[in-house]
Amino acid sequence: MNITATLIAQIIAFVLLIWFVNKVLWGPMSAMLAERQKRIADGLAAAEKGKSDLELAEKRVQEQLQTAKIKAGEIVAQAEKRAGAMVEEARVTARVEGERLVTAAQAEIEREVNRAREQLRGQVGAVAVAGASRILKREIDAKSHNDVLNDVIAQI
Amino acid sequence: MSSEAAHDSGEKGTVEYIQHHLTNLCVGDCDPVTHQAAGFWAWHLDTIVISYLLAALIVIVGWRVGRSLNPNKPSGFQNFVEMVLDFVSNQVRDTFPGHNPLIAPLALTIFVWVFLMNAMDLVPVDLLPAIGAAIGIPYLKVVPTADLSTTLAMSLTVFVLVVYYSIKVKGPVGYLKMFLFHPFGKFFVPVNIVMTTIEELAKPLSLALRLFGNMFAGELVFLLIALIGGTLALGGGLSFLWGGLQVALDLGWLIFHLLVITLQAFIFMVLSIVYLGMAHTTADDH
Repeated sequence: MNITATLIAQIIAFVLLIWFVNKVLWGPMSAMLAERQKRIADGLAAAEKGKSDLELAEKRVQEQLQTAKIKAGEIVAQAEKRAGAMVEEARVTARVEGERLVTAAQAEIEREVNRAREQLRGQVGAVAVAGASRILKREIDAKSHNDVLNDVIAQI
Repeated sequence: MSSEAAHDSGEKGTVEYIQHHLTNLCVGDCDPVTHQAAGFWAWHLDTIVISYLLAALIVIVGWRVGRSLNPNKPSGFQNFVEMVLDFVSNQVRDTFPGHNPLIAPLALTIFVWVFLMNAMDLVPVDLLPAIGAAIGIPYLKVVPTADLSTTLAMSLTVFVLVVYYSIKVKGPVGYLKMFLFHPFGKFFVPVNIVMTTIEELAKPLSLALRLFGNMFAGELVFLLIALIGGTLALGGGLSFLWGGLQVALDLGWLIFHLLVITLQAFIFMVLSIVYLGMAHTTADDH
């Protein structure tokens, strides 16, 4: 029960054991635990960040979808308007064209009528002369009666 | 061995049995008759060998675990070591002010080593001495912490650290002031010196004696319970009763002792942390 030199041996063992535990077990293990803690914290933070990123992206997608819808609606409305305008324009063009055609046809008719009248006039003179000469049974001097004939022709 | 001793010479055999089990294997400056240490230069080989073997166990296990640390997939044993380490680390964080990288490994070493040495108490009292006797070792005291040299060795180491850090943190003047003006103020300097000296010396002594006393007494009780079996031969027809009593008592004390050895290791560790923590506080808040 006395204190003996065993004390010295035990002190040496104790100090060496502390040194060893610190060097081989405590140091690496606490470093590992700290690293693991950091990794877990980092992982959780990254997960949190990913989640918020996802939320943000979803929000952005929603927004873009909304704008796209609005834009599409606008485009459709514009296209409809344009189509209406085009139809209207075509109608106007068609009417103008029709009117032009009608006018041209009328002018043509007018011209034809005039020409026919002109022709008729020329022939009426000859017919009148022939008729008159048959009636009078004699030759009429076309030259001397030109004035009368022209008068008749002008009346047609 | 117990039954033989008790059977052979009755009362004297009982005393001899106990004494024999509480005698260290002494080498060096020893009394040749009683086999007790006669002076300081005696070596208790059994204490040294067993405590060194347990230290070697810690070294081997610690080396194996420390070498193959896997942060992602901790194996079963690594989990266990991590748990112990975390437990000690929490104790240090709770009781130790400031930061000193030496304290936590020191606490872990104390806890594990003391626990293992205490746990030698749980080995049946006659098993190892009987094996020792069979291979020619006359005396074998199995529990290293039931040897005052072991407990004092650890508490003195802690004490040296306490003094070292006291001087380092408070400064030599601050440390001196603690002796002069504590606890009764500057008008009772002589009393203060005596009081503080006793207080400081009481720290390692109480540490060492508490552990030693608990383990020594625990071993003694185990021996006494083992002696009940020694009355088997005397009891004759009642041998069944005595045997049953021994088993029941032994089991009860064993279970209780499981608590004691853990608690004592824990107390030694926590008090060491507390003493070192006190060394790290400056004179003002002391």
